[in-house]
Amino acid sequence: MAQAAGGADFRTRLQHLIPKIVLAPSLAMVLVFVYGFILFTIYLSFTDSRILPSFNLVGFENYVKLFKLSHWSIAITNLGVFAFLYISICTVIGLFLAIFLDQKIRGEGMLRPIYLYPMALSFIVTGTAWKWLLDPGIGIEHTMHLWGWESFAFDWIKNRDYAIYTVVLAAVWQTSGFVMAMFLAGLRGIDNEILKAAQMDGASNWNLYRRIILPQLRPAFLSAFVILSHLAVKSYDLVIALTGGGPGRATELPATFMYSYTFSRNQMGIGASSAVIMLMTIAAIMVPYLYAELREKK
Amino acid sequence: MAVASTDTAIRTGNATRVLLYLVLLLFALFYLLPFGIMVLNSLKPLSEITGGNMMALPEVWTLDAWRNAWSQAQIGVEPTGLQPYFWNSIKMVVPAVAISTVLGALNGYILTKWRFRGDTILFGLMLFSCFIPFQIVLIPMARILGITGLAGSTAGLVLVHVVYGIGFSTLYFRNYYAVFPTELVRAAQIDGAGFFRIFWRIMLPSSGPITVVCVIWQFTNIWNDFLFGASFADFDSQPMTVALNNLVNSSTGVKEYNVHFAGAIYAALPTLLVYIVAGRYFVRGLMSGSVKG
Amino acid sequence: MSFLKIENVTKSYGAVEVLHQVDIDVEEGEFLVLVGPSGCGKSTLLNMIAGLEEISSGEMSIKGQVMNGVHPSKRNIAMVFQSYALYPNMTVAQNITFGLEMHNVPKPERDAAMNKVADMLQITQLLSRKPGQLSGGQRQRVAMGRALVRNPDVFLFDEPLSNLDAKLRVDMRTEIKKLHQRLGTTIVYVTHDQIEAMTLSTRIAVMNGGYIQQLGTPKEIYDNPANIFVASFMGSPSMNLLAATLRSDGARTAVEITDWEGKPVVLPLMEAITDVSRKDGDRVILGIRPEALTDPDGADRNARNVVTVSNRIDVTEPAGSDTFVTTVLAGGDVVGRMRADAAVVPGQTCDFAVNMDKAVLFDPETEMRIR
Repeated sequence: MAQAAGGADFRTRLQHLIPKIVLAPSLAMVLVFVYGFILFTIYLSFTDSRILPSFNLVGFENYVKLFKLSHWSIAITNLGVFAFLYISICTVIGLFLAIFLDQKIRGEGMLRPIYLYPMALSFIVTGTAWKWLLDPGIGIEHTMHLWGWESFAFDWIKNRDYAIYTVVLAAVWQTSGFVMAMFLAGLRGIDNEILKAAQMDGASNWNLYRRIILPQLRPAFLSAFVILSHLAVKSYDLVIALTGGGPGRATELPATFMYSYTFSRNQMGIGASSAVIMLMTIAAIMVPYLYAELREKK
Repeated sequence: MAVASTDTAIRTGNATRVLLYLVLLLFALFYLLPFGIMVLNSLKPLSEITGGNMMALPEVWTLDAWRNAWSQAQIGVEPTGLQPYFWNSIKMVVPAVAISTVLGALNGYILTKWRFRGDTILFGLMLFSCFIPFQIVLIPMARILGITGLAGSTAGLVLVHVVYGIGFSTLYFRNYYAVFPTELVRAAQIDGAGFFRIFWRIMLPSSGPITVVCVIWQFTNIWNDFLFGASFADFDSQPMTVALNNLVNSSTGVKEYNVHFAGAIYAALPTLLVYIVAGRYFVRGLMSGSVKG
Repeated sequence: MSFLKIENVTKSYGAVEVLHQVDIDVEEGEFLVLVGPSGCGKSTLLNMIAGLEEISSGEMSIKGQVMNGVHPSKRNIAMVFQSYALYPNMTVAQNITFGLEMHNVPKPERDAAMNKVADMLQITQLLSRKPGQLSGGQRQRVAMGRALVRNPDVFLFDEPLSNLDAKLRVDMRTEIKKLHQRLGTTIVYVTHDQIEAMTLSTRIAVMNGGYIQQLGTPKEIYDNPANIFVASFMGSPSMNLLAATLRSDGARTAVEITDWEGKPVVLPLMEAITDVSRKDGDRVILGIRPEALTDPDGADRNARNVVTVSNRIDVTEPAGSDTFVTTVLAGGDVVGRMRADAAVVPGQTCDFAVNMDKAVLFDPETEMRIR
């Protein structure tokens, strides 16, 4: 923008340059390690790489193979089930806890950190705890039996049809408190005078929430959705710690699929193509969101 | 922004309030129990866990499992316990957090106070890098670490965490500095302070809160990372999460649940401690990752 | 050679030119106020003088030295910002001496200069406090202290009073004027408040849409506005603008308007207009300030040409010192300024004394003054 009129002195010119020099390393790192690597992986997904990267292009072969693999379709289906349940349950629990906590609750200061602390834990720790709780021989089922409820059965983690729901359960346990915090901040940001005005107008609590408050929480809903969906697609650690992808392939997700195909099964081309699909999924959600956020700020 | 006022205009009846408290307490139990009984059972001898009720208090209170997990449990080849891995994590986390925070602060400062054409696009590129599935960079990263000789080393992990951490640290500082009055920077320019002096004397002294947020966030994220640790570390540099997973999921021998639990608690302790000490900031950090500043 | 010379200066962002060909010469010791509505380019111009924004084309010089591209700290200027821009982490004393420290002035000298300034502004007791512990007026003083201590060639003020409450604003206004009288330093001062502009300045530049509309002394600007924008922007309540018709019989000139009932009223002008292209029957806009539209007893006794018009009063607004009345002339609301105890009742008809000495005419098309 500067048609730097003639005699800019050295110091002034330097002052214009320094910020760019300081920014350069970070920028270079991001460009190489993020965008360069993305391009490299995309390239690999079109090659016949096996145990080591190869540069022999094979077109869409890997993608064709990928979508023929039952392993991959299981992973995708699981991700669909997992993401849908994880996002919706977290949102519902988070929203209701936030609304409940917003009713001048005594001891809110105690409850909030209790709801939130799981977010500070590693998924490996969460997985360790839940793996044991869900183990029918020693966990909740066993305890119920000891307490005299002999017919109680809760063996989902060993059951191919239900194991994915245990992943949902543990993931919801970890993140729903965070979603609560997001909604609570949204609720606290609503102008109280609007609520008072609505009450003057004779709105019942139900109508107050449905017509006045929830519509104003739109940004919180959007943020929660974006955060949760990207966490869902990236989910890896929890599955590894909780089920290891099993029983059988019952809890495989794209993230675990990619890892095992690339590093254990030496099918790097297919692994790369699955990573590209994951990236595209996330980009489809994140890019419009970031675009809108950054535009607004201008 | 959060928790500013607890004054709500909404009124609720008595019966509703009882129900409210009931639901809230139930959920508190839901969040507390898994970790709580894990702690409880880590204090039992193994026989009480396999033979007894997990909800029962220990008949014999013992710290054996804790000692075992720390210094004796077989994780790699040697029965070293989790101790060396704990220090591995520390050695990885401290420099990674420090470097990414400093870079984030500088980037945020530049992107808000030394704006230039295209800066928003650059920021968008950095921001997007926070959200990519890391699977997309695993293969080339492994290659680069191999070529540079950093594979399997703590230095390599530090590099990885810095690279994928500056997106968030830049986001935090940018959002914070965006509302920092630009007139202050202009006044300092007229006073004769240059780029670094303004940063050092004007910006940094006011950056306490956001630095805490950023450090907590980076610390939690890097400490809890599993994917990079599992992919790029070898036995000598494995972080705590990977070691814990190896301990818990090793298929050989008797499952020593109490040792697993103690190990999990060791792995959770640093982040929990940070969370207890600076929980308020932790929430704020989580929020600014999503809500605009 | 003028002290601060702004020559043909423009500012563009990309293809958009926001400041067009500004020419201002400021003499040493002048108090120049840039006034205009928000977005008129006044702050941009000030920032360009400060070196905080680049000059797209043209030249700016101080004491004969071209300042384009010179770093702000090397222009020997000081600036007081709208938000005061006090460094929150430093004490008042550190705030004041920061600039000297950056210019490597030794500590004893810095302290001496600071004490002198603190004394002058009566902020000595505040020196060890942080800005957060100060009131608005105190912050304002500290900000001025920070500027004064540098002993600059030019002071720049960017709406320095707009964050103060009404009473404090008037006090600080006087304070700034005193300071200028005492120090005699050249000042460029930006404000959107026309009263500040009138009271403080030795000269005013009225700006709008990136153009200087008029540059002149406060009296020139007020009595002889160059166009309708300047006429209506300066003065409060603002100048009444009435649709009128020119009446001329060669020797004498008058304007004709309608009263509240729509009947014609002829108001003779004191001097014939010099613009010969204006003919009898031309549409013009007549500008009359509220204080030139009074009750007959309140009329200016030195005025030579007062016309009395009887008109119905619609609204009265007693303001204590004066009473403002609204009436309809030339088909629109006009505001007159009466003595506080003038007997005026809404709905009744009363006599208005129109001081035609002060009347000005504008062209309805170009909005420029007709002389």
